[in-house]
Amino acid sequence: MAFLRLEGVTRSVELPDGERLEILRGIDLEVEVGEHVSIVGRSGSGKSTLLNILGLIDTPTSGALEFDGVPLERLSGAERDRRRGRDVGFIFQQFNLLPQRTALENVVTPLLYATGRQFWRRERLATQMLERVGLGARLASTPDQLSGGEQQRVAIARALVRGPRLILADEPTGALDVETGASVMDLLDGVAEATGAALITITHDPNVAALARRHYRLDRGVLGPVDAVAIDALARKEITL
Amino acid sequence: MKLWTAFVGSLVEAWSEVRVHRTRVLLSLIGVGVAVAALTTVVAGGAIATQIQTEQSERWGGRPATVSVNAYNPQTGQQATPAEMEPAITATADRYGISHVTRNGNGPLQLQLPDGVYGVGAILVDRAYGVIHRTPLQEGAWFTERDENRLAPPIIISSDLWARLGSPDLRTHPTVDIVTSEHTVVAVVTAITPSSPESQGMDLSVFLLNDDYLAFATAEERRNLFYQYELWIPPEIAAELVERIRVDIAGSLGEGWQVDAWRQDYLAFGEDPLLPLKLAVGGVAVLVLLLGALSLVNIALVTVRHRIREIGIRRSFGATASRVFFSVMMESVVATAFAGAVGVLVSVLLVKNPWVSDWISGYLQDVPAFPVEAAVIGLVAATAVGALAGLLPALVAVRVKVIDAIRY
Repeated sequence: MAFLRLEGVTRSVELPDGERLEILRGIDLEVEVGEHVSIVGRSGSGKSTLLNILGLIDTPTSGALEFDGVPLERLSGAERDRRRGRDVGFIFQQFNLLPQRTALENVVTPLLYATGRQFWRRERLATQMLERVGLGARLASTPDQLSGGEQQRVAIARALVRGPRLILADEPTGALDVETGASVMDLLDGVAEATGAALITITHDPNVAALARRHYRLDRGVLGPVDAVAIDALARKEITL
Repeated sequence: MKLWTAFVGSLVEAWSEVRVHRTRVLLSLIGVGVAVAALTTVVAGGAIATQIQTEQSERWGGRPATVSVNAYNPQTGQQATPAEMEPAITATADRYGISHVTRNGNGPLQLQLPDGVYGVGAILVDRAYGVIHRTPLQEGAWFTERDENRLAPPIIISSDLWARLGSPDLRTHPTVDIVTSEHTVVAVVTAITPSSPESQGMDLSVFLLNDDYLAFATAEERRNLFYQYELWIPPEIAAELVERIRVDIAGSLGEGWQVDAWRQDYLAFGEDPLLPLKLAVGGVAVLVLLLGALSLVNIALVTVRHRIREIGIRRSFGATASRVFFSVMMESVVATAFAGAVGVLVSVLLVKNPWVSDWISGYLQDVPAFPVEAAVIGLVAATAVGALAGLLPALVAVRVKVIDAIRY
């Protein structure tokens, strides 16, 4: 059974002049645990909106969404928050680390919303996760003391520390140089594979998209599959989006 | 278990916020700390002022409930003599187990001072007077049972009079000569009452025990002596007991006497005469706290606007709306409770420092300890202000849309 299933999902917003702007149209998507899916698209194509819907941050205007086999409408607001905390790990383009908090405190943050052993052993778990992403020596560093690549590693550690079954990465290398971006993606791909979590990467970088097993393209709110050959061609800049 | 981890987690988050934003927190808390210190000081000062007022009222009218008794013949207007009154008063006091009874009278007295003989106003009392009227003493002790058996009568004199005697050390048992028409009585000064600064050295008053005065008073002085009788009874049963005392004494005296018994203490009319003072003090305290709370709400609202992005990030990692609400509230409550504790401490230092304590002790017989209710009110008020000041920002935080907050 698919961990995440979207059927005919749309999302629209009302503009100040009263018109409706269709951001997503008839999205169908199924993602299994352990899969790596990439979604490419130009700026303004609705990538982030889709990611927010997948991560239970936003709700569709119409259509069906099942999260771990449970229809979205059967989840209360608090239950969505709890499932998001337990099953989803977010990685943002701008890292979104909490300023003035150390790397350790940032990674501890999701564990503050956990229960049981995860909560009480939060510092140990966060330390182990930072060591796993190669930042065992930077536990006490605050974001302004870390490079862009290191910040994104902290963000990855934070996203993975609760052992989510779905990792949503929104332009994870968008703020990094090519070399650092590749290194971060290698890490993310490796950790996701090792933990068996589904990884959905939203990007406009074909090189990042090429790391996934399944590829989609979002164009003006419509999601369609893209074959691996096209992604490789995109990566080699033989074609454009 | 989930609730417990959520609670501990909220505390951890709140403490982390307070620690990270310590400068902002410190600035906002200075206002709360000052407000709580002011509130606590005002409440404590009010309690001390009330105590001063109470003691002064009790000096004049006695402690609640002090009953004054008088008897006279309505035909002739003549007052009952001590010989007639005392058996009736004693029997009534015994019947109702009233332990504090005093006969209060005035007698002219001639004292030999170093520069001549002076006429002074002697207040003739029994031992219970000092307790009933909470008579303040500058030095020495009020009349005791042992004083009643002294061969030389004990005398309590005003500080002005004591100064005229050269302010002798009471441990040397200084004496003063009472000059009567027949002989001189040597009295031992056992205590000093403070004269008010306005008396300018002219307060020549003394307290003397009735029985000692009667021992040397002339027959004419005794004939002219009339007492006002005071009985100290429990205030909670005073309304009923005053009437019974009146009826019983009238019964003991027999027909032909009009007996009056009335409460003369400051609570005699049921209403607390200190209520306006207490209300005024309370009003000032509430106003002070309100100003502190307003400044805190102001800062808290601005702060939460700066934290919207952070709240969005926390929400994306599983913080529920109720958790965010509770955390923001807790942050405010934790910080203000701490500020409140500091404020109370500052207030205690202000009120109980040696200079203030010395100054207060000049006005009070029973200098109260720092009023516990003031400290409790200060802490509770600080916490309540924290909760109230945290409420608005917490509501703002909950209404934040996660998507908008992350992009903020």
